[in-house]
Amino acid sequence: MGLEIEQPSAVQLSKIAVSETHGEDSPYFAGWKAYDENPYDELKNPSGVIQMGLAENQVSFDLLEGYLEKHSEASSWGKGASGFRENALFQDYHGLQSFRKAMASFMEQIREGRAKFDPERVVLTAGATAANELLTFILADPGEALLVPTPYYPGFDRDLRWRTGVKIVPIHCDSSNNFQITPQALEAAYNDAEARNIKVRGVLITNPSNPLGATIQRSVLEEILDFATRKNIHLVSDEIYSGSVFSSSEFVSISEVLEARQYKESERVHLVYSLSKDLGLPGFRVGTIYSYNDKVVTTARRMSSFTLISSQTQHLLASMLSDKEFTENYIKTNRERLRKRYQMIIEGLRSAGIECLKGNAGLFCWMNLSPLLEKPTREGELALWSSIVHEVKLNISPGSSCHCSEPGWFRVCFANMSEQTLNVALKRIHNFMEQRDRDRNIISSQ
Amino acid sequence: MTLLSTKATCNTHGQDSSYFLGWEEYEKNPYDEVLNPNGIIQMGLAENQLCFDLLESWLAKNPDAAGFKRDGNSIFRELALFQDYHGLPAFKKALVEFMAEIGGNKVTFDTSHIVLTAGSTSANETLMFCLAEAGDAFLLPVPYYPGFDRDLKWRTGVEIVPIHCASSNGFQITAAALEEAYQEAHKRNLRVKGVLVTNPSNPLGTTMSRGELNLLISFITAKGIHLISDEIYSGTVFSSPGFVSVMEILKDRKCDNTEVWNRVHIVYSLSKDLGLPGFRVGAIYSNDKIVVEAATKMSSFGLVSSQTQYLLAALLSDKKFTKNYISENHKRLKQRQKMLVAGLQKAGIGCLKSNAALFCWVDMRQLLHSNTFDAEMELWKKIVYDVRLNISPGSSCHCTEPGWFRVCFANMSEDTLNIAMQRLKTFVLDSTVNGRNQNNHHSPKNSKRRSPKWVFRLSSPDRNRESDER
Repeated sequence: MGLEIEQPSAVQLSKIAVSETHGEDSPYFAGWKAYDENPYDELKNPSGVIQMGLAENQVSFDLLEGYLEKHSEASSWGKGASGFRENALFQDYHGLQSFRKAMASFMEQIREGRAKFDPERVVLTAGATAANELLTFILADPGEALLVPTPYYPGFDRDLRWRTGVKIVPIHCDSSNNFQITPQALEAAYNDAEARNIKVRGVLITNPSNPLGATIQRSVLEEILDFATRKNIHLVSDEIYSGSVFSSSEFVSISEVLEARQYKESERVHLVYSLSKDLGLPGFRVGTIYSYNDKVVTTARRMSSFTLISSQTQHLLASMLSDKEFTENYIKTNRERLRKRYQMIIEGLRSAGIECLKGNAGLFCWMNLSPLLEKPTREGELALWSSIVHEVKLNISPGSSCHCSEPGWFRVCFANMSEQTLNVALKRIHNFMEQRDRDRNIISSQ
Repeated sequence: MTLLSTKATCNTHGQDSSYFLGWEEYEKNPYDEVLNPNGIIQMGLAENQLCFDLLESWLAKNPDAAGFKRDGNSIFRELALFQDYHGLPAFKKALVEFMAEIGGNKVTFDTSHIVLTAGSTSANETLMFCLAEAGDAFLLPVPYYPGFDRDLKWRTGVEIVPIHCASSNGFQITAAALEEAYQEAHKRNLRVKGVLVTNPSNPLGTTMSRGELNLLISFITAKGIHLISDEIYSGTVFSSPGFVSVMEILKDRKCDNTEVWNRVHIVYSLSKDLGLPGFRVGAIYSNDKIVVEAATKMSSFGLVSSQTQYLLAALLSDKKFTKNYISENHKRLKQRQKMLVAGLQKAGIGCLKSNAALFCWVDMRQLLHSNTFDAEMELWKKIVYDVRLNISPGSSCHCTEPGWFRVCFANMSEDTLNIAMQRLKTFVLDSTVNGRNQNNHHSPKNSKRRSPKWVFRLSSPDRNRESDER
């Protein structure tokens, strides 16, 4: 094998492969690292880092397990020969009809019948991560933009931009009005994009909001829809937390607004939903796009070939979500338990002298630590964050990771741990605040 | 009204192709032994339905696997929360060991090099996103799986340039054809990023020879480009020569840890070997750390359900089961393929000598009116409408020679296969007789009666089938 063959310079990978738009090299991963290296365990590592940066819903598993115990046919295929093979062979991108029906009816139940969902418009994807990316591929071309209100879920930087080449232009929101989206902010974002010669294709909102933990008011939804109509752009409403609203009457879905308008201008509206938060099943990869636009439904369905839901999982969930008695009880109970957790954390923080944004949904609260900042800057926030991660040993999410324009806000999750652990975390915060007061008193008395 | 993106409005998803019309016709009039014995028999679906009994009996004996239990204890929560894109370690281990077992354990695979994806449809697209972009091309030998047009090109913007293969040498890849394709890409101003082959081949049903694999390695080494080997059918090789993975060739050439080592990537899936297309289990295997890292992050857009990972980890970790399954699968596929070949022979039809996959590459050139693709289409319509068999025309696979068809044999019962062969025999005899009588009386009126039906079909919207045609 002595023949020397000249090697041309190594062929490059794609720009996408080597870009950093996946966002995983950001400084925020230091929090994850600290947790991974020293994870809290009630018994084995009681002084470890408590994970409060993970928006998981672990409060209602007993209900799901109870269902599975009573309904073994959901996780098996029955005695007949055809059950397993039919399911194993089923790869139709329309998805299991029984599952689509169950999903549509579950979405209706969450909204207490205030909106109707047609199973024929339900497109299934492997999680909301896939749904958001897919919609972006369909609604915008590379170089074009979606307007997204800040603060927003950090994953959007990857999901909406990485492989699609689409840009995010922020709609700036601040605490002066509880971070609500205003018509002025919408216009400003649109104009900002125009000034940079970027074509805006749509607005993407998360309702209830991540990281705010609050629902968007009806009047604001109307304004956003009017704005989208005026500019002739799309409106995507990610309602992944819709089943996690503490009080059912406080959530208004864009679907309700459309129904009230007799579906006028509805072909520009698309919903994203998932079972990862409401049902606590992120591992099962169950997401959906619900679009009022026929072409979007057809195209999304075809594209979903790249991200289908396991038929085994569709079968399980079709059974579970078709059981109206189960779902009604689940929705109610889950809501109540989340509300209780929220109360716990708000009261605990308040007694430590910390205020949060008034929230009414989700698996986290939006905590205001701006009074504690040495400097009202991103650096000041990161410094405070670092001490919380390394000294208080709590992994929480700094507002800057969510592109919040005001420093000092943090997202703190409360549903991914036991009540005992939450109490331990609150105690640590309490002690941290007390220590700070003591330190300040010492300084001021010198 | 608001516009959609270019991707949404283009045709690269490929679903307007006449190929999907056979599907539609089948769905309108599907054969059923009892309820619809005159219906269309589905022979365009590359599914493996021959070994479900083995899977079903394993499931019955191991209820914990599908019941979210480990040693009788519930692990439901653990699985429900598990969304780590690195994948369930137990499943990755079982999968790489299974891949090795299929290749006769001539190579072992490392779990840190594998990326799990929702089916090989997702794996192939993800690899394209990692290795290429708009303005780039991959070279593919024709004929190839129709789904590649969508999977490799649609959202990635990458182009496919064909490597011409001919029946004169059994459609094998030649050095000249490779070079010609490479030059063709340059003429079209495209940067060639690599070659993608399917081994065993879809639609040919043959394994790549060591000679071809060596040729490919030399070619990509000389050009400094990538090689993707889609080995989705590797577990279906039922007769000699056995399956040789491209990794084995690299090992034989002592290419470990050389530059070319990092440019060879494998795609795998459980959809064909195990007959589980619904479960969406695919994988990318690469020796390039950066590719593995990028592909792993991208897999967020198409993860395998943890429920399914757990079930299959248990199944594939059972070595007694896998050993028996692999050999039974081979046996049954071999027997079925023999049946098809014999049946075709009785009808006077030949096919490419094959040793793998779930279909045969059938030679119907002698039934064509003329050596044209129009004639192939005409013949195909007759076979779908008159003979009532849905088979796949070679043109849908970009074959450069008219008259070849892919015919599946593993997605139906033996009885159904026999009936299909009977119908074909009758058709061929009739055509031969009629052909002699009507050779000079081909009436334009007859073709006019048929084409309006097709014209309507071609413009109708949605096809509702996934890529089952693989």
